[in-house]
Amino acid sequence: MKVNRRNFLLSSAMVGGGVLIGYSASRPTRHRRANNEMVQDTERFITSFIKIDPSNRITIYVPHSEMGQGIHTSLSMMVADELDANWEDVNIEQAPAIDLFANGDMLKGFATEFGVPNFLTGLVNASAFAVVEIMNLQTTGGSASIRFTGEHGMRPAGAAARQMLLQAAANRWDVSIDELTTKLSHVHHDSSGRSFSYGELADDASVLEPPEEPILKDRSQFQIMGKAISRNDIPAKVDGSAIYGLDAHSEDMLYAAIRLAPVFGTKLISVDATEALAQRGVKKVIELKDSVAIVADNYWRAKQALALVKTEFEASDNDSISSLDIANRFDRELASSGGSEDKVIGDTSSAFDSATDTIEANYRVPYLAHAAMEPMNCTVHIKGDTADLWTSTQDALAMKGRVASIAGLAEDSVTFHQTYCGGGYGRRLPFNWNMIDHATLIAKEFNVPIKTIFSREDDMQQDYYRPAVHSNFRASLDSNGKVTAWENKYTGPIQTPGAAHIPYAIKNQSIRVVDGRTHVPIAAWRSVDHSQQTFFTESFVDELAHRTGINPYQFRMDLLQQHPRHRKVLEVAAESAGYGKDLPEGRALGIAVQESFGSFVAEIAEVSMSEDDRPVIHKVTCAIDCGWAVNPDTVEAQIESGIIFGLSAAMYGEISIENGRVHQDNFPDYEMVRMDSSPDIEVHIVESGEAPGGLGEPATPPIAAAITNAIYILTGQRIRDLPIKKHDLSINAAVAKV
Amino acid sequence: MANLKVNGTEHVLDIEPEMPLLWAIRDEIGLTGTKFGCGIASCGACTVHVNGKAVRSCVTPVSAVEGQKITTIEGLAVALGAENTSRPDLAAVQRAWIDHQIPQCGYCQSGMIMAVSSFLAENPNPSDAQIDAGITNICRCGSYPRVRKAIHALASA
Repeated sequence: MKVNRRNFLLSSAMVGGGVLIGYSASRPTRHRRANNEMVQDTERFITSFIKIDPSNRITIYVPHSEMGQGIHTSLSMMVADELDANWEDVNIEQAPAIDLFANGDMLKGFATEFGVPNFLTGLVNASAFAVVEIMNLQTTGGSASIRFTGEHGMRPAGAAARQMLLQAAANRWDVSIDELTTKLSHVHHDSSGRSFSYGELADDASVLEPPEEPILKDRSQFQIMGKAISRNDIPAKVDGSAIYGLDAHSEDMLYAAIRLAPVFGTKLISVDATEALAQRGVKKVIELKDSVAIVADNYWRAKQALALVKTEFEASDNDSISSLDIANRFDRELASSGGSEDKVIGDTSSAFDSATDTIEANYRVPYLAHAAMEPMNCTVHIKGDTADLWTSTQDALAMKGRVASIAGLAEDSVTFHQTYCGGGYGRRLPFNWNMIDHATLIAKEFNVPIKTIFSREDDMQQDYYRPAVHSNFRASLDSNGKVTAWENKYTGPIQTPGAAHIPYAIKNQSIRVVDGRTHVPIAAWRSVDHSQQTFFTESFVDELAHRTGINPYQFRMDLLQQHPRHRKVLEVAAESAGYGKDLPEGRALGIAVQESFGSFVAEIAEVSMSEDDRPVIHKVTCAIDCGWAVNPDTVEAQIESGIIFGLSAAMYGEISIENGRVHQDNFPDYEMVRMDSSPDIEVHIVESGEAPGGLGEPATPPIAAAITNAIYILTGQRIRDLPIKKHDLSINAAVAKV
Repeated sequence: MANLKVNGTEHVLDIEPEMPLLWAIRDEIGLTGTKFGCGIASCGACTVHVNGKAVRSCVTPVSAVEGQKITTIEGLAVALGAENTSRPDLAAVQRAWIDHQIPQCGYCQSGMIMAVSSFLAENPNPSDAQIDAGITNICRCGSYPRVRKAIHALASA
């Protein structure tokens, strides 16, 4: 995303705490508000993200959730570098869940200029929110924190604060600002040898007007960004002291176990909790519209008692729906002439008319659960007209607002308690409300903290799922083996516009989408639509390569002349993986490339088949162009993480529907990659120097196709539906198919 | 009544003998470093040590571990004698976890650290195959490559 001058001004002014264009008449600048409301004694805010105390301790407030992506550290590095702060003296805090630290302001800035950011589109559509109403969000998602908040909020804030501190020093010494330099949290007047610590200047600086155009460093001036810096959240995560939502604890706390309607969208009709109520520790049975909960003095007691509750849920038209029905419906939709245009260029029909060869293939992937390691949970303590809230979330401010509205309280009367987040992957975004709403309604019946916990079974069966998608392809080739047309029709809905588009130079393209909605609730899942679409498009491109007889790497490179960033990551990955060179006996390399969330990723999987005909993934070589890396070690960790997340889905992931409800209920039947199935991963960061790209998601999309493309070379079998585990990959099966 | 000795402290708890150790530790004793992940001993997030050996506490009834030496992540450094080292607050495994920047969301890492610590005590110099067979915890963030590197580094230290 290119940042033009006007947008830069708008966003930096809004988030960096400068003159709030369009707001200045009615609203104090943010750092003044922070200084009024949040400081103790002699601390001072210099812009709303940065607080400095007289001892020169610098606190940076990060308005994003730490879910393991290292964002608290990376965003603080961006501020600290622009501020010329001494990293040793930087203290990192999660910004409180108050509107002062809403990051939606910035998104609104982007929305005004560019339309709603892609990752929010689904949310906005889902909620019918007008753009203006995304203001009070503190969303962490869309691999957006560095790209948006970091580049357009945190860096300008750091730069603005530095300029204010310089100005404060210039005023004190009565010298020109040009004579001053900054280093390690000090302002120096070199000609006189004088210096002030930032702490000594903070009081003066805090009353200055922030500059409208903070001057950002050139990359060559970076002192902190670009270095592999240890994450600040890790020490607490090795000694048991890190607190997650599930760890909220008090002596008077009670615990709720809940049974939701197993068929999505149905209501509770009757409950017999007589036996449950007689159990030790059970306090109350609570009937909600779609569920029943048992509250007890220990979660295990609540769960044991819940098992004794007899419930009847209303019948619905969905009670007999199975995955097969859904698949048949999707195929009918795809066979129909309907649907809407996603992207059309040229004229595919005439290309097919003059084709010498055509190729067709139908792909599909199932629903997937998020299965974060921390099961969904939420603790609410309603105390008359105020409340306390603990929940691991990707959007504290939205959760607080939701609890307030369900509890009938003013938003400001709910206090959100910060915790780490035991995995998000999209599950803990706003609008996936089922846990939050239930926990609040249950807590309304008590005046002590109530912790509502989904068991793993609840978590898996009451998720908002990665959509199942079918995608049909047809392509034409001319007598020279050149691809002349690409037709693709898939089931929606579109959550990430453009995910099905291809970078390849094919003159005629028709990409259409049909209705893929069912009664199964859906949401963003790490990399959102890219998780399905990249498997489809990078597999079908591979099919075309094999049809033309050109190797899949060269075939892609030939069609990517206009896309140097794709080419570069392919080149680096291929070179590093030894593509085209001799491999150990029985191994093959599968390749895939995708641009998503502003980053370009190529992955090459080295695969062999075991004696019992299962694929063994030995190594994944990944090259990523994420512009440049703020914290290279965090980049590598996110690549490793994204690949393994996608690998679990490719190899094992399937949520199937039987009798209207989810069949899988725990890890044994929704298996994960573990140590024994985790490949070596080699990461190459390609620094193009372009604007920073996202990192939490872009490594997930290519891995499935990289593996199935290798399996095709090894077995001759083209896997067109996931997961891989359900395919018989023996020689006999391959022969039988021919 | 159950008599549980956790991290060197005796707790006399008025609880059912069949209550899983996990919920006694979390809800009754109030130590929250041990995590609930699956409830069926599949993921290992709830791993603690009983007499130094890794046990999945979500399926271990308190009656089975009464009077025995139970160690949770909060007590690991002391249990392994870290007080005589340069980092008295952290066991060697925990230090390696920082050095290799292993945790991401971190939720599974208490259990992972407890599993690896017990594994290394029995397999001081493990092969990759032994690691594959011996460490079966789930990490949804995919920290496995770093866990493997850290295990090898600890073995050669």
